[in-house]
Amino acid sequence: MKTLGLFFQVVRRDPFLVACALFLVGVTTLAFVGVHFTGYTYDQISNDSLLQPSGAHWCGTDINGRDLLTRTLSGAQISLVVAALGALVSLTIGVSYGMISGYVGGRVDNVMMRVVEIIYSLPTLVLVIVLVTSLDQTVSNLMRSVGLTQIPPRLVLIVLFLGLTEWLTMARIIRGQVLVLKEQAFVQASLALGQSHWNILWRHLLPNLGGIIVVYLTLTIPAIMLDESFMSFLGVGVPSPLASWGTLISEAATSINPIRVYWWMLLFPGGLMALTLLALNFLGDGLRDVLDPRGRS
Amino acid sequence: MSAIIFRRLLQAIPVLFIVVTLTFLLVRSAPGNPFSTEKKIPPEIMEELEKQYDLHGTIWHQYGQYMAKVARGNLGISTQYRNRTVNEIIAQTLPVSMTLGSLAFCMAMAIGITVGGWAAVRHNQAGDRMLMILALLGISVPSFVLAPIMVLIFAIWLQVLPVAGWGSPDQIILPAICLSIPFAAAIARLTRGSLLEVLKLDFVRTARAKGLSEDAVLFRHALKVAILPIIGFSGPAAAGILTGSIVIETLFDIPGIGPFFVNSAENADPFMTSGVVLVFSSFLILFNLVADILYYVVDRRVKLE
Amino acid sequence: MGVSGTRSYRRAIPVVWVAGIATLFLAFFYFLGGWSLSSEADLTLCNGDEPQTLDPAIITGQLEGRIALALFEGLTTRNAQGDIIPGMAESWTRSPDGLTYTFKIRADAKWSNGDPLTAQDFLNSWERALSPETASEYSYQLYYLVNGEAYGTGKLKDFSQVGVKAPDDRTLVVTLWHPTAYFLELTSFQTLCPVHLPTVKKYGKDWTKPGKMVSNGPYVLKEWRLNDYILLEANPYYWRPVPIHRIKVLPTNNPTACFNLFYSHKTDLIMDKGSIPAELVQSIKDKPYFHSEPFGGTAFMRFNVKRKPFDDVRVRKALAMALDKEDIVTKITRAGEKAADTLVPPGNAGYTSPQGLPYNVAEARQLLAEAGYPDGKGFPTVDLLYAKRGTSDNAAAEIQALWKRDLGITSIRLRGQEWKVYLNSMEEIDFDLCLSAWVGDYSDPQTFLDMFVTDGGNNDTGWSDPTYDQMLETSENTADPAKRMQIMHDMEKILVEDEVPIVPIDFLVGVSLYEPGKLGGFEPNFVDDHRWGEFYIPKGNP
Repeated sequence: MKTLGLFFQVVRRDPFLVACALFLVGVTTLAFVGVHFTGYTYDQISNDSLLQPSGAHWCGTDINGRDLLTRTLSGAQISLVVAALGALVSLTIGVSYGMISGYVGGRVDNVMMRVVEIIYSLPTLVLVIVLVTSLDQTVSNLMRSVGLTQIPPRLVLIVLFLGLTEWLTMARIIRGQVLVLKEQAFVQASLALGQSHWNILWRHLLPNLGGIIVVYLTLTIPAIMLDESFMSFLGVGVPSPLASWGTLISEAATSINPIRVYWWMLLFPGGLMALTLLALNFLGDGLRDVLDPRGRS
Repeated sequence: MSAIIFRRLLQAIPVLFIVVTLTFLLVRSAPGNPFSTEKKIPPEIMEELEKQYDLHGTIWHQYGQYMAKVARGNLGISTQYRNRTVNEIIAQTLPVSMTLGSLAFCMAMAIGITVGGWAAVRHNQAGDRMLMILALLGISVPSFVLAPIMVLIFAIWLQVLPVAGWGSPDQIILPAICLSIPFAAAIARLTRGSLLEVLKLDFVRTARAKGLSEDAVLFRHALKVAILPIIGFSGPAAAGILTGSIVIETLFDIPGIGPFFVNSAENADPFMTSGVVLVFSSFLILFNLVADILYYVVDRRVKLE
Repeated sequence: MGVSGTRSYRRAIPVVWVAGIATLFLAFFYFLGGWSLSSEADLTLCNGDEPQTLDPAIITGQLEGRIALALFEGLTTRNAQGDIIPGMAESWTRSPDGLTYTFKIRADAKWSNGDPLTAQDFLNSWERALSPETASEYSYQLYYLVNGEAYGTGKLKDFSQVGVKAPDDRTLVVTLWHPTAYFLELTSFQTLCPVHLPTVKKYGKDWTKPGKMVSNGPYVLKEWRLNDYILLEANPYYWRPVPIHRIKVLPTNNPTACFNLFYSHKTDLIMDKGSIPAELVQSIKDKPYFHSEPFGGTAFMRFNVKRKPFDDVRVRKALAMALDKEDIVTKITRAGEKAADTLVPPGNAGYTSPQGLPYNVAEARQLLAEAGYPDGKGFPTVDLLYAKRGTSDNAAAEIQALWKRDLGITSIRLRGQEWKVYLNSMEEIDFDLCLSAWVGDYSDPQTFLDMFVTDGGNNDTGWSDPTYDQMLETSENTADPAKRMQIMHDMEKILVEDEVPIVPIDFLVGVSLYEPGKLGGFEPNFVDDHRWGEFYIPKGNP
């Protein structure tokens, strides 16, 4: 609760951040609620192929004659869900890793941080592409055998592996914070009182990390969104007929040519994605300026 | 110092070992035969092919054969390009990617530090705000969107630069710009933040009090300290440029290593995929080591002063 | 922060940074040698992708085949219209039973190093292509020869028992199992081209590199930079002069880059539909540089007849009749493809296809209801497999939506896979529906119809019909063309009207871009086989 209070306090101080936060709430609402009121579904084809924006199709249509507004909004759903879940994966790993490393300290800390550095120096996205393409079939069979036929396996793999690549910064920051926190009086006192390490980590340290976690979560989400669009462009994105912002804009980007530009195919999904990324980054930066002790001076 | 470098290089060996092992086993255990074509191949021919490529028997046998070759510096023959060894493909294409990547890296550094410094000097003025919004935009627009738009503007409408290809110096300009922009933007943000911190510090005030020009303060003193996080960021930036070049090389039809990686991953070519991953990883590990040494040197000099 | 500070800072920028970049860049420029100053050519063309190999025996792809057929020439070759004309053989005779061909090699046939080319060269090259050690994926093109298959699969070790003999330097005698009507076409194909064996022996797998390769076709390999360009130059020892001296081949595979190169006059010819952005086709269709020609290829859908619900022929027929192919060709493929109700594309001399199943939603719904799925209710979840390439995502989504629209089936899931994974799933028949295409090896209905023989290597549907197998065998042994065509007509009827293990979708077209005033010798032809030796630059152009 303390975190949330701080969050509002920060946001109230800067009206621009309020605008960013409101924008994000708006996009999310449109994506999950508004999409049902467009009059079309994301996979509904029509004979109006590659139509300019008009009264019937506010954002035009794609080559299959599908309504681009609907697809942009359902793309928002996918992109937001992928990014949020991916960020959650990275958060879980990053926070636990950073906390353990910082709390235990010593040799363990040394080794754990060395591992982070090594992973930092690997071409992780390249590895993710190899992983996603080669595990697709296996995961697909696995999911079918347990009856999960509704969720595309690709989606699960993307969320998992993008989450697995983006936890490094989080782990480093959390470790740094824990190193400072654990020397403070309340932790030392709890230790003296004989509280278990688990208790100290969970009850005392974690709540104090809330602010910084929120900040880096806000910054991880756009990073994952960009990674996802990169993968979509290389053809390892979400499966058709589903579409994320990444798939929509990579489809549009391949159609930019000197003769005829279908500008609406790029402008609407691309614009919405860029604005969302901007809002998230601004929000993250703004929060960090206030919450991160380095930036607080 | 040399002991540290030696230890780091020694550490790289198990890391590369793990990376190559993982890649090879993944590609081989996934469904998809590197030799299959649209028309069914007689089983006898398939068997012979697998034998010639040491891709028969259990996966562990194949892996053993491959690692034995890798240990001797032989990355195998591409299953996709049957007259070419992976070494040969990498030898021909890596220099191209390196030329493009290094230029993009230098540009990102130069533009990023310049813009970041400029913005820091004008902290909270209109110009600073503008630039920082632009920088965020630069980070937020994927390169595969930026590139076709730039081509449309500069190559098709203005006709000042070639649309694609490789071979003359003017053909490197557009791809290098498109590749460097997101990183230039990131570095600009980093430089600005770091400079703002440093400019508040005592030694800068002292320098100013001594009557040194703003120029001297910024370059001789402030930037020397503020450069540290940028050196720290150069490792991830190099990794990003390396992955980003895959897309840029495809879009601009540049004969670098990127398209071969995508192609090999799509076609289940275990040797090419593992080879490229190995080369990418070794390069980045080496680059990070250099960056770390640089960091160490600069850091010590700063502390001594 | 004073104004003066800003100004001096700004002054310092160019000095430090520009010098820094310039130095570093120039250093890399020289050090890495990542530059190539490419030579000028009389004709530049986009060939679709980097060739996997230029060894004619190993090539399987069309784009590699095009280059190989500029470098090598078989016993026969094709003219611009696609007709078979004499190549290395100046003439030939066919025995009355259609089983023996005697080729007369040109007296002036030479390799590009000046060596004479003899019948023995053909014999040795065919032995090499067929030999299991070469592991040629297309060696089955020589299985038509007596004992060809036995030698190719290693069961027979003695090549002298295979049906090809070279009694003297200029005579090659070939004996076949069946009176194969299209054998002359096969002899123009790259797998049956001769290779210079002393060179192959000397350099091993490096023999295909420039400076090493010795060839016998209209061109020789001058330069080859990976994924950059290939330069061909006219072969001085070729038996006739070629009009264009130097051809530069670009491996550009990105459609946008490809079209931009053409648009900015950096390339004269684009040879593939895949090299043109799909959304663009509509807008350039009426331009004089846009050329589209039908050729012997068909896109179709495979059913897995071993799995429910496609084990029921009524369901297969229902889906076939409810596929709005006109919609697909106008919206998705767009390049002038024709909707297909039959598997064999029109244009095979003497052959007429059956009617096929027309688009008829009412009857399709009726059939589906009879099979137990009225309005698509209760239809099980099925996977539609396709290869993720080009616009296949859009095509698959379109088909999924069309069946939803016309039949009410909502339980089709799309499964797009990477090329080799897709091939694997197809071979193991691990799909319910599979989007496929087939391009004929030669212009004869048999190249389409023998796919679906029981357990055929390319059947991949699980479908099997003893009558059909019997008919195929009869047709192979029928020398009378009219009778043979009638049998094949009946076979196709089983395939597309009665049993329906597949649904034809559309007949493929070859799309090419070039200014008619700047390039000649590129005539529409049914096999989409354009020999570069036939190209010329029309008079009035430099």
